[in-house]
Amino acid sequence: MTAIVDIKSLRKVYKGGFEALKGVDLQIEEGEILALLGPNGAGKTTLISTICGITDPTSGEVLVAGHNWRKAYRQARGLIGLVPQEINLEGFDRVINSVRFSRGLFGMKPDEAHIEKVLRQLSLWDKKDARIRELSGGMKRRVLIAKALSHEPRVLFLDEPTAGVDVALRKGMWDTVAELKANGVTIILTTHYIEEAEALADRVGVINGGELLLVEDKQRLMERMGRKQLTIELQEKIDSIPASLSEFDLELAPDGRSVTYSYDTRGERTGITKLLAGLSEAGIVLRDLKTSQSSLEDIFVGLVEGGTTPSKEGAA
Amino acid sequence: MSFIAIWSIYKYEMFRFFRTILQSFVSPVISTSLYFVVFGAAIGSRIQEVEGVSYAAFIVPGLIMLSVIMQSLSNSAFAIYFPKFIGTIDELLAAPVSFFEIVVGYVGAAATKALFIGTVILGTASVFVDVHILHPGAMVAFLVLTCISFALFGFIIGIWAKNFEQLQLVPMLIVTPLIFLGGSFYSVTMLPPIWQTVTLFNPVLYLISGFRWAFFGISDVSVGWSLLAIAAFTGLCMTVIWWIFRTGWRLRN
Ligand SMILES: Nc1ncnc2c1ncn2[C@@H]1O[C@H](COP(=O)(O)OP(=O)(O)O)[C@@H](O)[C@H]1O
Ligand SMILES: [Mg+2]
Repeated sequence: MTAIVDIKSLRKVYKGGFEALKGVDLQIEEGEILALLGPNGAGKTTLISTICGITDPTSGEVLVAGHNWRKAYRQARGLIGLVPQEINLEGFDRVINSVRFSRGLFGMKPDEAHIEKVLRQLSLWDKKDARIRELSGGMKRRVLIAKALSHEPRVLFLDEPTAGVDVALRKGMWDTVAELKANGVTIILTTHYIEEAEALADRVGVINGGELLLVEDKQRLMERMGRKQLTIELQEKIDSIPASLSEFDLELAPDGRSVTYSYDTRGERTGITKLLAGLSEAGIVLRDLKTSQSSLEDIFVGLVEGGTTPSKEGAA
Repeated sequence: MSFIAIWSIYKYEMFRFFRTILQSFVSPVISTSLYFVVFGAAIGSRIQEVEGVSYAAFIVPGLIMLSVIMQSLSNSAFAIYFPKFIGTIDELLAAPVSFFEIVVGYVGAAATKALFIGTVILGTASVFVDVHILHPGAMVAFLVLTCISFALFGFIIGIWAKNFEQLQLVPMLIVTPLIFLGGSFYSVTMLPPIWQTVTLFNPVLYLISGFRWAFFGISDVSVGWSLLAIAAFTGLCMTVIWWIFRTGWRLRN
């Protein structure tokens, strides 16, 4: 598959010398949902703003469907919709007027049917004549999405769409995102909520300190990086783990009725067969087996903390 | 060129204007009437005539210029400052439009508003004095060009300004004095010779002079110079704006 957005060694040094992006390379594939996961100050907004033409990079380039985002900015930007992190809206304006304006600004002929469809999809239709300042925060966020969708983008950037949004609304937002994907829109969303990335994304990119630490298929990421745990319930209580099994580093539950084996799915062999054989040699009878996998959160925390980049946020 | 985008910006800006149309209409009517009471009636009764034109009539072009310049300047400055202030400018920067389209939309709307107010003032003035226009075509041309050039200038101020104080600063400290000293309410020939020479460095003089010529056929400087001054000023503003969008000065991080 060819990348619909191709980001090539994007660097951004802000005035004052702070390096917010340290050479980011990223290919976004058509039709996917990519979640950019990173703590506050990681450079997510800087990355998105630079792609969308709001921030000038220090070096690097971006291609959108093959169009250079500088030289062929009309073609490139015409494909992109941006839902900014900050709620930037003119409060006196009416919802539908603001959405119509966005469509016109992107050079598209008026299409009331499309505007209605978008507003209905975002449950804003009955608020279409309301002034924006009269809306709740969640509704304002949806107005921003409506504005971005008004000009029928092929790529949609959502910068922290659910920051500061309560749980019920967040689920609603997730449904909206899933629906957009079903309509064929490529979606890049930034978030610092792991569950969000886990619930929505096809691929996950982890960004910290201006560096993209990894981008990977969500499933594969969890398999590759995730540690799995095998919990073995025992038929009979044991007091200690037999010495013959010491190489497995088993952990015995306080009640003595189960042992837990941690293994890395990345390893050549997991050692499970050997462990089971060992158990049976030691005369231990199994009652049940259960495996569990670490969540993205564990992976993320491991990467960001243990990782390649010690915190550089302090420099900001 | 995206005409749809230009039209969208223009319409959006005009919409804001129409929301407060009454205010936009009433305030120039009142202020113009006041000028006529003060300058026309009080002072005019002493000055009588300037170069064969009654003083009350003589100040009409200056009065229109004064309002039109201030209006186009402040409308345009505010129109672009406001999105910068509340952050909606990002939408413009991310849109597939060139600086030219953005400028035409905003400046066009600001100039239209100023033109509207200029017309209202002319209408109000004709209630007080018999306004007679010698060269109507030239009058309209000067008026339109002044609106556009000062709206362009205002656009630059709006981008340059980092806060509301700065937004007011240039109109108040520079432009208002230039207008008053540019012969809005007197003929330069009424000044001592040294001040006549100093006044020649005031760009606004050329606008007012040309505009007044269109009304009465009298001018402080030749009409050719007036046209040249407007053209140069417009060209200069366009160049500065082009540079602003190219470099992203005060627009992009
Ligand atoms: N205009 C700016 N000038 C200087 N530094 C900035 C500016 N904007 C952001 N930064 C810094 O760049 C870093 C990344 O910011 P940002 O992209 O907003 O992070 P995120 O969106 O991941 O929270 C932060 O340390 C922030 O302080
Ligand atoms: Mg951010």
